[in-house]
Amino acid sequence: MTNFLQYILAGISIGSIYALIAIGYTMVYGILRLINFAHGDIFMMAAYFMIFAMVDFMIPWYISMFIMIIATIVLGVLIEKIAYKPLRTAPRMSIMISAIGVSYLLQNLATYLFSALPKQYPSIPILNTTVHFGEASTSLVTILTPIICVGCVFGLLALVKYTKVGMAMRAVSKDFETAQLMGIQINNIISLTFVIGCGLAAVGSILYFTPRPSVFPLAGSLPGLKCFVAAVFGGIGSIPGAVVGGFVVGMCETFMKAVGLSEFSDVFTFVLLIIVLMFRPTGLFGEKMAEKV
Amino acid sequence: MERLNQKTKMTASIIACIALVVLLVLSYTNTGTTSMLRSVLQLGSIYALAAASMNLLNGFTGLFSLGHAGFMAIGAYTYAVLTIPVNKKANVYYLYGVADSLANVALPNWLGLIIGGIAAAIIAALIGAAVLRLKSDYFAIATLGLAEIVRICVASSPMARITNGSLGLKNIPGFTNIGFIPAYFVPFIVVAICLVIMFLLINCSYGRAFKAIREDEIAAEAMGINLARHKQMSFIISSFFAGIAGALLAMFLGAIQSTTFPLMLTYNILLIVVIGGMGSLSGSIISAFLVIAAKEWWLRFLDVEQYIGDWQVPLLRTGFRMVVFSVILMVVVLFWRQGIMGQKEFSWDGVYNFFRRLKTKFRGKNTKAAAEGGNANE
Amino acid sequence: MSNQNVLRVCDATMQFGGVVAVNNLNLEVNKGEIIGLIGPNGAGKTTAFNVITGVYAPTNGAVELNGERIVENHPQGKMRELYNGENLGKYNDVKVLTPDRITKLGVARTFQNIRLFKNLTVFDNVLIAKHMNMKGNIFSDVFRINRKEEDRMKAETLELLRILGLEEHKDDIATSLPYGKQRHLEIARALATKPSLLLLDEPAAGMNPQESDDLMKFVGRIRNDFDLSILMIEHHMQVIMGICDRIYVLDYGTLIAEGTPAEIQNNPKVIEAYLGVDE
Repeated sequence: MTNFLQYILAGISIGSIYALIAIGYTMVYGILRLINFAHGDIFMMAAYFMIFAMVDFMIPWYISMFIMIIATIVLGVLIEKIAYKPLRTAPRMSIMISAIGVSYLLQNLATYLFSALPKQYPSIPILNTTVHFGEASTSLVTILTPIICVGCVFGLLALVKYTKVGMAMRAVSKDFETAQLMGIQINNIISLTFVIGCGLAAVGSILYFTPRPSVFPLAGSLPGLKCFVAAVFGGIGSIPGAVVGGFVVGMCETFMKAVGLSEFSDVFTFVLLIIVLMFRPTGLFGEKMAEKV
Repeated sequence: MERLNQKTKMTASIIACIALVVLLVLSYTNTGTTSMLRSVLQLGSIYALAAASMNLLNGFTGLFSLGHAGFMAIGAYTYAVLTIPVNKKANVYYLYGVADSLANVALPNWLGLIIGGIAAAIIAALIGAAVLRLKSDYFAIATLGLAEIVRICVASSPMARITNGSLGLKNIPGFTNIGFIPAYFVPFIVVAICLVIMFLLINCSYGRAFKAIREDEIAAEAMGINLARHKQMSFIISSFFAGIAGALLAMFLGAIQSTTFPLMLTYNILLIVVIGGMGSLSGSIISAFLVIAAKEWWLRFLDVEQYIGDWQVPLLRTGFRMVVFSVILMVVVLFWRQGIMGQKEFSWDGVYNFFRRLKTKFRGKNTKAAAEGGNANE
Repeated sequence: MSNQNVLRVCDATMQFGGVVAVNNLNLEVNKGEIIGLIGPNGAGKTTAFNVITGVYAPTNGAVELNGERIVENHPQGKMRELYNGENLGKYNDVKVLTPDRITKLGVARTFQNIRLFKNLTVFDNVLIAKHMNMKGNIFSDVFRINRKEEDRMKAETLELLRILGLEEHKDDIATSLPYGKQRHLEIARALATKPSLLLLDEPAAGMNPQESDDLMKFVGRIRNDFDLSILMIEHHMQVIMGICDRIYVLDYGTLIAEGTPAEIQNNPKVIEAYLGVDE
């Protein structure tokens, strides 16, 4: 029973991290129709920024956190401006290749700058305190993660639903060109999307790496893919979908580990992806889009 | 655009072929050549095959697949499992032991190679029917997922007695002499045969149907082309050659692990395809040799600290090579989307016209210079 | 001109969600006829084409080609509750063909916004249409075992281009042709599939009077030369009135009139649909 509770907690915790990152994928896809392959690597870079700030510059964690979030956001927006913006009118395939190129570049850059050897992630003392739940015990970060996640998601949903900017975002995702004709500053909206997506990825990276021993240049690749799966699962373009997808993927993964099939937990994620795509190509909450003949 | 007559083209082709063969033979016999050149040429040819097979799908049929590493892994593992000599198996599978059914299996390497390709094709056929219904990005992500599934399964414990789990396989038989032909030439011959088949394919009716699907699916369907069947065919053929390329890679390396076929491998091949031009087989071939030579040979110096006199050249240290490389990729993607060849294939007309244009440009400059500098040139 | 029936659309209804794009459409094309399908924008003309060519399966109704039922459907799944058309229960089979199968049965089409294989040559554009009738399989094709078949296809293509006056452009890239020629090429490509019924979706769109006049003659000529029946959507009234044997008028997905050009011109319903009513 204790174990069960512990697994549930772990599942919710990892699920909410996936949800945070999946939102980044889903928002960018909703607006640019682009799978941002670099998103997982942005998440990895965020971890390195944190190491940099805390270990190399000895800045206390609460300031480092802000510096790191801002650095990640700047990185994300820069990537958009340099690698995606010039390709707005190019075929879909080109922009996807560009995204893959950015991912490739970030991974190689990280290897060059920080070496391929794993680096220890700085520990944030408060997050690592142990909390007891009856017989189950876990670190504070596991408990805090879902709370932060839910907070972020509700904030974001409110932003999208009730603000003018949010309305513009919804308009752009429905129809890029018409939105432009209605006087919406497309580039600002896209930048904002990247700001939000990267900000959430940065928050996610603190929560993800704190309970884990180390960071290495490919550390973002697999979680990135899984979060993309989560976004697709929930219906890409839909924020609640991404959250649900994140939880489903996180829970499934944890339970695969719980029943002793940890080797196959990632396989299961991808099998899940393929099955979902077969039966509901647009995911759980995705909208159907037909090509006009 | 001016055209050359048939005879000139034939002569040029024959001369070019002879020149290529002579160069290859020279690289083999000349003791002065480094072993680096030889392995770059071999590896280049293997990547050329891998890139061409990816191009068949991505560039010719318009299906953006990211599962190439997976199919190469299937080909490589199938080849390795079937061909490791019986007396070396104990040594290879020292930890988990070998599956009973495989204990006495050691096929000749040419058969293993073909079965490797067929295995990849069969897997492609099985999953193709399902995955090919997906639209562009979803197809990309599903194939990417498949490649990861293959990679994880190959390294998993239930497969350990076949694939040796995460330890990988070694003592894989490499290239062997075929009659009087030395082993060194084997990969070139295999790759050349595969590439010729692919060239024949893209220039036949089925190849045209693939291109039609790339250009406009709806119009292609309205022209009576069965989308599902043709996409399936393209997927299977591409996977078959990817499997062969994987098997050749296993032969070349002699040892493989699941980490030999990461997502990065797919990205590397995609890079070659993009630099060569999506939709040009000859582009893929040229670019494969260029990229491999640059990566494995010419740009090696970027990874080592260099000194000019006492001054240390900045930035150079381990990993810089790959950074430069990724920057090149980004530049190609952003500013030179057509790549080397665009969608055109190599032709003598193309070469001729290229040089003519170059000449007129050059002459234009010369006459200008001559006008400015008076008769100084004479 | 015999009165043999080539195409019959029976009670076809196409409903997307709650929107009825085509409502209970009945339409016939007889052998050798040129039939016009007209109506204001958004009347459901192209949707009707898409139903006939298998791009969409009708929500309810059937399509018959040369007396044989090639498509039949009735509301299924969620549609059962949403459906608000007529003739429920009249069509109980489910028979849905993909567009390529329908093309093989002899129905060819062009598209409203030209859909050529943009980066391929004019010759290849037409040659691709020959692929579906090629004998042999991929192996014999790749290894050039049946060269004769390839030669035959190429000869036929060249002949077709010659007849249609596109021969001089055969090595040009499709998109490099002037707009009018691109329309011709699309028709040529459709003809290469050897259809018995040709569907033209606004062939004269964007053409000046001179060009559309030429096109009209062209359509008449191919009808005779290729022994075709033609169903065309068009907005140019001179074209429609000048060439069509009969005309169907759609408005809001429903057939509001049919008849000879003279009848249609004087039909008050048609005038109302196009010009609105004076109040």
